[in-house]
Order: sequence, then C-alpha cells, then structure tokens
Amino acid sequence: MQKVYSRPKGLTDAEFAYCAGCFHSVAHRMIAEVMEELDIIDRTIGVCPVGCAVFMYEYMACDMIEAAHGRAPAVATGVKRVLPDRIVFSYQGDGDLASIGTAEIIHAAARGENITVIFINNTTYGMTGGQMAPTTLVGQKSTTCPSGRDPKQAGYPLRVCELLATLDGPSYIERVAPTNPAGFNRTKKAIRKAFENQLEGKGFSLVEILSNCPTQWKMSPIESLKWIDEHMTKTFPPGVFVDR
Amino acid sequence: MAEIKIDRERCKGCELCVHFCPKGCIEMENGYNRKGYQPSTFVKRDKCTGCAICALVCPDVAIEVWR
Ligand SMILES: Cc1ncc(C[n+]2csc(CCOP(=O)(O)OP(=O)(O)O)c2C)c(N)n1
Ligand code: SF4
Ligand code: SF4
Repeated sequence: MQKVYSRPKGLTDAEFAYCAGCFHSVAHRMIAEVMEELDIIDRTIGVCPVGCAVFMYEYMACDMIEAAHGRAPAVATGVKRVLPDRIVFSYQGDGDLASIGTAEIIHAAARGENITVIFINNTTYGMTGGQMAPTTLVGQKSTTCPSGRDPKQAGYPLRVCELLATLDGPSYIERVAPTNPAGFNRTKKAIRKAFENQLEGKGFSLVEILSNCPTQWKMSPIESLKWIDEHMTKTFPPGVFVDR
Repeated sequence: MAEIKIDRERCKGCELCVHFCPKGCIEMENGYNRKGYQPSTFVKRDKCTGCAICALVCPDVAIEVWR
C-alpha cells in the first residue's frame, strides 16, 4: 500500500484551536496543501486577520505577519512591493474584510495588487460572540439581531465578489461553497489558481469561501453545510466573477 | 486493500468523515479523547477503497490514508 494522504508540509504540528467542524481549519489546510504543491512554503508570507483566525501564524509553516483589524490587504501590499519575489496572501473573515477593512480591500483590488486574498465568509463575527456582520443574510438571527436581520434597520448583505468584479484591477475572483466533496475539490482548485496567478504576475486574486460557524449558528457541522447550500448560496451564488 | 488512520487526539468529532464516507466505513466512538470530544473510528476495513474523501473533508487533518 502507498500513502495517499498525509498532513501537508505547509502546516506546523500545532492542533487547530477552532471549534469542531469549522471551515477555518479546512481553509488553512488547503492553503498549506497548495503551498506544498507549488513548492513555495519557504517564500510565502501570509497576513493574519483579527477574528477567530488571529492565531493563524501558529498553524502555517510559512512566514506570517499579524495585521490590525481589516488592514491585511494594506500590509500585504507593503510586503509584496518591498519583497516582490515573495508570495504574499491575506486571510480575512467577513467582519475583517467586509466591515472594518472595506476600504483596504477595495483599493487593493482597484490597484490590481499582485497578492492573493482568501476571504472566509461565515456571515458572522465568530470570535466576538456571533454579532451581525455585513454578510449576515436578511432574516438571519445573530446576537445583535436576535429576531433576524431587518433591512429597514440594518440594510442588506454586502456581496464582495460582485462589488470587486466591477473594478478593472482584479485578475481573478471566485466564490466557492465547500459543502460536499466536489465543493471541497473546487475550493482547493480555486485557492491554487489564486496563488498561481500571483506566481505568473497576473495581479489581484480573491477567493471567497462560503464558510460555516457551527458554534455561533448553533448548528452541528453537518447542519451548517446544509444551511450554506439552502440559504447562503441564494444570497451569495458560487461562481467565477473575474478571470483574466 | 486500503487503510485509514484517525488520530484520536486531533479528532474533534465533527462527523464530516462519517457523513461523507461513501462506503460507511467510519463511525463515532462512545469514548472521549483528551480534549473531551467523541472521536470517530474506522470500523469497516474490508469496505474501504482508499478514496481519501474522509481526509479531503476532515477539518482537523486527523486522517491519513493508504491505498
Ligand atoms: C480595531 C478593532 N475593532 C474591533 C475589534 C473586535 N473584533 C475582534 S474580531 C472581530 C470580528 C471578527 O469577525 P470576522 O472577521 O467575521 O472573523 P471570524 O471571527 O468570524 O472568523 C471584531 C469586531 C478589534 N479586535 N479591533
Ligand atoms: S466561533 Fe465560529 S468561526 Fe470561530 S472557530 Fe468557532 S466555528 Fe469557527
Ligand atoms: S472529519 Fe476529522 S475531526 Fe471530524 S470526526 Fe472525522 S476525523 Fe474527527
């Protein structure tokens, strides 16, 4: 027998501190696998978010920097411009990227910065206790909208891929839903392409991963996958928005 | 011939591997690991094809696969 799956070299030995079934773990592992496949672990620099993934530097075998909340694309821009031979990615939740960091992501995309952005949309502020996020669905309950998001009071969810796709800067934008094995494969492929684009100097690439937060959604991990399919994909349809 | 190994201490009992294994080779254990989770366990060696779907979906990278 031959070994067909081992722990990727892009990860350290540390155990993830995330909740059971959380897709932060899945996304970390896929980034690690892609770094190993492309043989770029030694020259990759990741920028951690503020949010549940704040300790991402404990888990990744590449270099990592911590950015202030939402500023990861600005930090990544600086790193990439000073060290253009490095592969630079930011990793951000929806509170980080689509709320406090809206300006940074829009301008990094508009500049066509040659960086890779992995965007974890779990429709909530997981770390701080499940508050409403810019991506919380209409009618979805959270600790700050306990009877469901009411557009009259809180407006509508922000569709980041669609918004950024109106700009000329981005070279690749895709939204994926890893809710079954095919979706997991699609997600890995998208992450790989987002890194390959940077290696080819194509410019700004962003992958939005429709993710779960079983803890704040108060669901089992399996239920959370069904909820992504049945509800999240209606507001956030998966697909390729830019590829050039 | 195929084989998987589940790292009982890394497993958080999320049940994704149990749910997605196309051959139903994995079940949840009754006991608890040091973290206090009920881990999954490989029960049907003879049915396993080594497709590695369990490893593909495991968030905690707790599964190794041989084929
Ligand atoms: C400048 C600043 N404002 C607010 C906070 C509090 N805070 C910590 S994490 C977070 C939101 C995290 O949500 P998200 O980015 O969706 O990540 P998740 O935890 O869901 O993975 C906030 C508002 C902070 N740490 N720094
Ligand atoms: S609170 Fe939510 S996002 Fe944070 S680790 Fe737990 S499941 Fe993941
Ligand atoms: S997918 Fe991984 S963490 Fe979840 S029950 Fe199976 S082995 Fe455990």
